[in-house]
Amino acid sequence: MSEPVRIDLPLDDDRVRSLKAGDVVSLWGVIYSARDAAHKRLVDLLDKGEPLPVDVAGQTIYYMGPSPARPGGVIGAAGPTTSYRMDPYAPRLIAVGLKGMIGKGERGAEVVEAMKSYGAVYFAATGGAGALISRAIKGAEVVAFPELGPEAIRRLVVEDLPAIVAQDAHGGNLFIDGVAKYRRDEAEA
Amino acid sequence: MSKRNIPAAEITAAVKRLAIESNYFLGEDVIAAISEFKELEASPAARALLDQLLDNAGIAAEGQVPLCQDTGFAVVFADIGAEVCIEGNLQAAIEEGVRQGYQEGYLRKSIVRDPLRRENTGDNTPPIVWIEVVPGDKLTLYFEPKGGGSENMSRVTVLKPADGRGGVIDFVVDRIRQSGGNPCPPVVVGVGIGGTFDKCAQIAKRALLRDIGTRNPDPYYAEMELEILDRVNKLGVGPMGLGGSTTALDVFIQAYPCHIASLPCAVNVQCHSARHKKAVL
Ligand code: SF4
Repeated sequence: MSEPVRIDLPLDDDRVRSLKAGDVVSLWGVIYSARDAAHKRLVDLLDKGEPLPVDVAGQTIYYMGPSPARPGGVIGAAGPTTSYRMDPYAPRLIAVGLKGMIGKGERGAEVVEAMKSYGAVYFAATGGAGALISRAIKGAEVVAFPELGPEAIRRLVVEDLPAIVAQDAHGGNLFIDGVAKYRRDEAEA
Repeated sequence: MSKRNIPAAEITAAVKRLAIESNYFLGEDVIAAISEFKELEASPAARALLDQLLDNAGIAAEGQVPLCQDTGFAVVFADIGAEVCIEGNLQAAIEEGVRQGYQEGYLRKSIVRDPLRRENTGDNTPPIVWIEVVPGDKLTLYFEPKGGGSENMSRVTVLKPADGRGGVIDFVVDRIRQSGGNPCPPVVVGVGIGGTFDKCAQIAKRALLRDIGTRNPDPYYAEMELEILDRVNKLGVGPMGLGGSTTALDVFIQAYPCHIASLPCAVNVQCHSARHKKAVL
């Protein structure tokens, strides 16, 4: 397999649009973790017209809630959670400038539309590789909603976080193309 | 009949240990299966993902870090020998073991007290406990931390008896196809057939305690397991749903007698982080 392409965060528009589903990448820089409960709160704030505790413009959100760090450690296991649960919220964040999302599993039509209109990319990280991914996280700090525990928003500094462009800003979708390529049941059906 | 006494404190200590060990140490059977499927995997990207899973198991064991941040709902099967006498409260002893294990093992607390009001209980209790009375004077505890991502893809249905074997197979294969990358494939598929609406789900979960590569002792179901495995691995879903020939590592069927009018069927999807450990007291 080809060497991963290094991506430095934050992403700009050109970089986002240059990425194609199937690209194997390695992420470097700052990302923010947020999952179900934090997304609900962010969108509630947008509904009320209030400022977000983290400016998501240009940023990348990682759908992840870590296990606790050991004393002196940066973070515990830190793999992705399933992304479709964030689908009801993601288009709102993309509309205010979110550029990247990292998770696992396919995104729905409304997210894809928002990704195309505003220019955003969705990376798949390796679900269940929480221990491996924790090694790529060099800094972690809770920056919003600490009362949510594992679901708080954390600012993470990552180095060489392995990922694959799963759905791109042009509608490219590895969940469709990759599966079609390796499907072997049709001929026999 | 003579009874054998088991103090509740011993049960708590065992559950605590199992909670931690099951989350740090992936079974040798799972590691071997991932390695074997990797050799046969058609997609280079998928092979790289499977390598990451093998590395992950090594890093978790070595660093005593959970394999996955979702350290699961604590599901405990307690098979109690009929000649065993528990000194204390079995349910409370298991619950305390979960509390201690998740706290002291740096495991994530993922349980909310109420499904709609959603406030975290803070200690990963309560567990789900299934108690069964079996012959003998031993207490066997199985600990299965069950992740949310794969549990969310699980389904129960009640088919018509006329749907038969083919109907069950189609239901299972279709479920894995529709689950795509959500349950962290490669998955292990627990299938419960028969019983009632609730019983088939429970035996599907229990089936996930089996080691990869072990077959149902009934040749009829053993063959059906392999047929489903073959069909699932032709779907192309692959690791993380991104395409490949490794969609499932194994399929385990558990059957139970059922009503003349019914054919209940449950698919309990288990991710590759197929964690379970056992202790015999
Ligand atoms: S489905 Fe399994 S491997 Fe994936 S995140 Fe959940 S517990 Fe971890």
